[in-house]
Amino acid sequence: MKVKMLSRNPDDYVRETKYDIQRVPRNYDPTLNPFEVPREYTRALNATKLERVLAKPFLASLDGHRDAVNCMAKHSTSLSTLLSGACDGEVKVWNLTKHDCVRTIQAHEGFVRGMVVRFCGTSFFSIGDDKTIKQWSMEAPGYGVEEEPINTILGKTVFTGLDHHQKDGTFATCGQYVDIWDEQRSTPIRSFSWGVESFSSVRFNPVETELLASCASDRSIVLYDMRESTPLKKVIMTMRSNTLSWNPMEAFYFTCANEDYNLYTYDMRYLEKPVTVHMDHVSAVLDVDYAPTGREFVSASFDKSIRIFPKETRHSREVYHTKRMQHVVCVKWSADNKYVMSGSDEMNIRLWKANAAQKLGVLSHREKLAANYNQKLKEKFQHHPKVKRIARHRHLPKHIYTEAKEHTVMREARRRKERNVRKHSKPGAVPMLSEREKHVVAVVK
Amino acid sequence: MASAEEASKRTHVEKKKKVSERYWQGSGEENKDEHRSGADVLGDQQPQQGSQTKHQISSSTKKKKRKPEGSHGMKAVTRVDPFPGSAPVPEEKRLKFRRKMKIDQLPHHLTKIRRVVASSQAASEITENESARYDQLLLLEDAGYLEGDEDEDTCTISQEDIADAVDITAGAKYFNLNLSQFGPYRLDYSKTGRQLLLGGKRGHVACLDWQTKQLMCEINVMETVNDVKWLHSEAMYAVAQKKWLYIYDSSGIELHCIRKFNDVLRMQFLPYHFLLATASATGFLQYLDVSVGKEVAAVGTKAGRLDVMCQNPQNAVIHLGHSNGTVTLWSPNQKEALVKMLCHQGGVRSLAVDKTGTYMVTSGMDKKLKVFDIRTFKPFQSYFLPAGASSLALSHRGLLSAATGDIVQVYRDVWNTPVKKPYMAHKVHGAVWGLHFCPFEDVLGVGHGDGFTSMLVPGAGEPNFDGLDSNPYRSAKQRQEWEVKALLEKIQPELITLDPGKLGQVDYATFEQRHQDKVKALGYDPLAKDKFKPRLRKKGRSSTGGVERRKNQVAHEDQREVIMATLKEKAETEKEREQKKNNNKETAAVKRSALDRFKKRNAQ
Repeated sequence: MKVKMLSRNPDDYVRETKYDIQRVPRNYDPTLNPFEVPREYTRALNATKLERVLAKPFLASLDGHRDAVNCMAKHSTSLSTLLSGACDGEVKVWNLTKHDCVRTIQAHEGFVRGMVVRFCGTSFFSIGDDKTIKQWSMEAPGYGVEEEPINTILGKTVFTGLDHHQKDGTFATCGQYVDIWDEQRSTPIRSFSWGVESFSSVRFNPVETELLASCASDRSIVLYDMRESTPLKKVIMTMRSNTLSWNPMEAFYFTCANEDYNLYTYDMRYLEKPVTVHMDHVSAVLDVDYAPTGREFVSASFDKSIRIFPKETRHSREVYHTKRMQHVVCVKWSADNKYVMSGSDEMNIRLWKANAAQKLGVLSHREKLAANYNQKLKEKFQHHPKVKRIARHRHLPKHIYTEAKEHTVMREARRRKERNVRKHSKPGAVPMLSEREKHVVAVVK
Repeated sequence: MASAEEASKRTHVEKKKKVSERYWQGSGEENKDEHRSGADVLGDQQPQQGSQTKHQISSSTKKKKRKPEGSHGMKAVTRVDPFPGSAPVPEEKRLKFRRKMKIDQLPHHLTKIRRVVASSQAASEITENESARYDQLLLLEDAGYLEGDEDEDTCTISQEDIADAVDITAGAKYFNLNLSQFGPYRLDYSKTGRQLLLGGKRGHVACLDWQTKQLMCEINVMETVNDVKWLHSEAMYAVAQKKWLYIYDSSGIELHCIRKFNDVLRMQFLPYHFLLATASATGFLQYLDVSVGKEVAAVGTKAGRLDVMCQNPQNAVIHLGHSNGTVTLWSPNQKEALVKMLCHQGGVRSLAVDKTGTYMVTSGMDKKLKVFDIRTFKPFQSYFLPAGASSLALSHRGLLSAATGDIVQVYRDVWNTPVKKPYMAHKVHGAVWGLHFCPFEDVLGVGHGDGFTSMLVPGAGEPNFDGLDSNPYRSAKQRQEWEVKALLEKIQPELITLDPGKLGQVDYATFEQRHQDKVKALGYDPLAKDKFKPRLRKKGRSSTGGVERRKNQVAHEDQREVIMATLKEKAETEKEREQKKNNNKETAAVKRSALDRFKKRNAQ
């Protein structure tokens, strides 16, 4: 007779001293771990619920401006510095870690229309309603010394937008024309116009640095090459675009914030129809800024909310609002991809988390693992109706909620009408237009 | 020159010892003794070296033309890793961990989904490999076994002999408890296998740590005890008494008396759902959620007294055996049975489902023992036991124990090959009332009229437990941690279905429905393929004829699909019609009797 019985030595399974960690022998046999999918599903559901519970995006409010905040600028080398310009011509420099204003400059008379930090981070430019472009040093002057710009350029017309070249000492402004300036000169080295009275925004392409795009008041978006004397091409849409932002990673894409409540992502090479129409706002979209990863962007709207969109989806993944926040005029995504800053009409700058449920601060290894695992679970089960319902739910202020409902009714009515028209006309006479095709009027080269 | 070289080559070939083929160099018999090849590498090099140096001496003039492979002296040797890559994992090991999620052939235009699917499949392949490798190398224990000498039946080996032959700790697991006063006994082992719960018919309830023989509590409930069951941990257990269901804690204090659950005969605990399923004498199958203390469902089975019950550990479906020979499968979500199978002529006496949820073993009043595949509900084997089996139990490693009167027999591998002889047998005092294999131990607990016997069954228990699931050696802290985790991932009773993996599969039906709704709302099909419009080619290459030709090519392709679909449909209808015809013929031929002519035609 040959016999062997299971006889375990407890020393193999119990820790030696209480200072050790517990031993956990594993056996990955699927039959010992039944209900794999239902258990994972339950975990995913819990993770989704927890995410909603822990979603506390609002971090801080930076107050100090005495009029509505009109523009903001990220510092190009320092993560903790933010600049903001108000409607009374005041420029403030903020320290974001301390939630503190470190410097105040009375820069302009009237609105500060735009600000940009030079790529080296030593100085910044501001433009205002007083037709001036001012260059300021990033360093605050000594005690008792008056704030003086390094350089002041008096322009002929009012400027509305400003952007700086990525590497060179040139910058672009827009107003009646789109002007390219050399930092050393007081007259523009180049001026573009294409039969338009005014432009609202101009932006340099972050990769193809000689390219720039601007939003014009005749509902068009115009593309330029700085090296040429004439604009490249433009796309005319049904409504005016307020601002645009280039995707920093795939720099042939840009997204424009439109007056018709939507945002449009275009491929620069193919303007005939936008790549994606992003729709969720219920009022004009005023500003847009891409995340440094290029996968998401944030938009500010007149409907007193900001929204975060993944670059390829039609609907937002997140909406931020507070009771006190009024029309949001400007918004920026921080360069470390963690925060979003919004400046609004009621004189405050708000600091938000880019990912509402993310835990800030240093995470332990196990916390990181758990977060990654939960993230993966949420991804895996995102299409299950119960999970989806919880993940999608956002509380909305009443005005946004009712208006959104109204818009769906209107959209449905329009669709119904179109369907009826199509039904009673010759087949093919009323073409089927997708949402992407509806908003482009023409492309001019 | 050429001739000289040829000659030298020939000598070289003759002298050189052929290097034995390695398993990584391709298929061959070498694969079988791959563990030896490591040693071969060292052993082989010596003679080879010797032969080559000899050769060098003999043909020193041709040294320059030789390739560097032979020159060991001054030049650096390029060493090749004899075991490149990671060690191979046998396919059958990997098969054990394979998830059936292979999706092949997604349409080409679904680029994004294809990418996601591809990456997830790659990831699952990695886990499959890693788990298989872990399984192969890092598991601590081996399973037990019992082999007889030549012409010695293992079933003739007595328990005492086994207990003597094995080490002391294992031998101590064979013991008898003489409890003749309150018997016969039902029993239950906790999920980790450390604690044993005994319930005597006449009211004696005791729980003990059976390995240390430490009594945790002992009470007499002064009432008939029909069944006992541990709940999720060893802190609580349920006792089905004469009238109601009671829950006690491990020190014997009555925690709850649940009056909604009356006349309970049998109980099953579903550990991942925290559900206690009870079958009562009034024919009700009830589910109690022990985490919140609520009755989840009460199903009237309309099948009379329910005293045969077991659960499928893979999908938490409750199997009930009835006196008319049927076995019914139940989930709490449905008032009707999920499946009804006729298994025996005469009543069903006992049921057991194996750990993988593949096989069900039943025994009936017709003295038969049958094995069914419960994925397809088809019978596998049928055995005739002269005395009939009153209770059955299956171990983790698939040993079947059947109690016939006062003899406990253990069978090995009943589903694959027809079994002639039992693997083990043991006679106890008094009729067997309860059978239960201890999880993760080679022990079979037998409750009988004269108390309790702990039997040694080598090879019954799963040797390697999963520490995160049920750890027999867990500390109090670990148990608390586990309890919180287990409660957090408690599966809702709505998810109990025949196929628990269904939740992870694509729901085509709902998609179809939603798509139809969308088509209705929009007035057109947004997913419909546009009609092919030939691209306008410039420089006169888009002649009318050319355009037509291109259109025709595609039209042909489109048509082919339509034609295929219609052909398929036609073939199916044809088949159906033929079948119907045949059926009609058969019925007409078989059942036509002389009196049929008086039947009304419509009544048929």
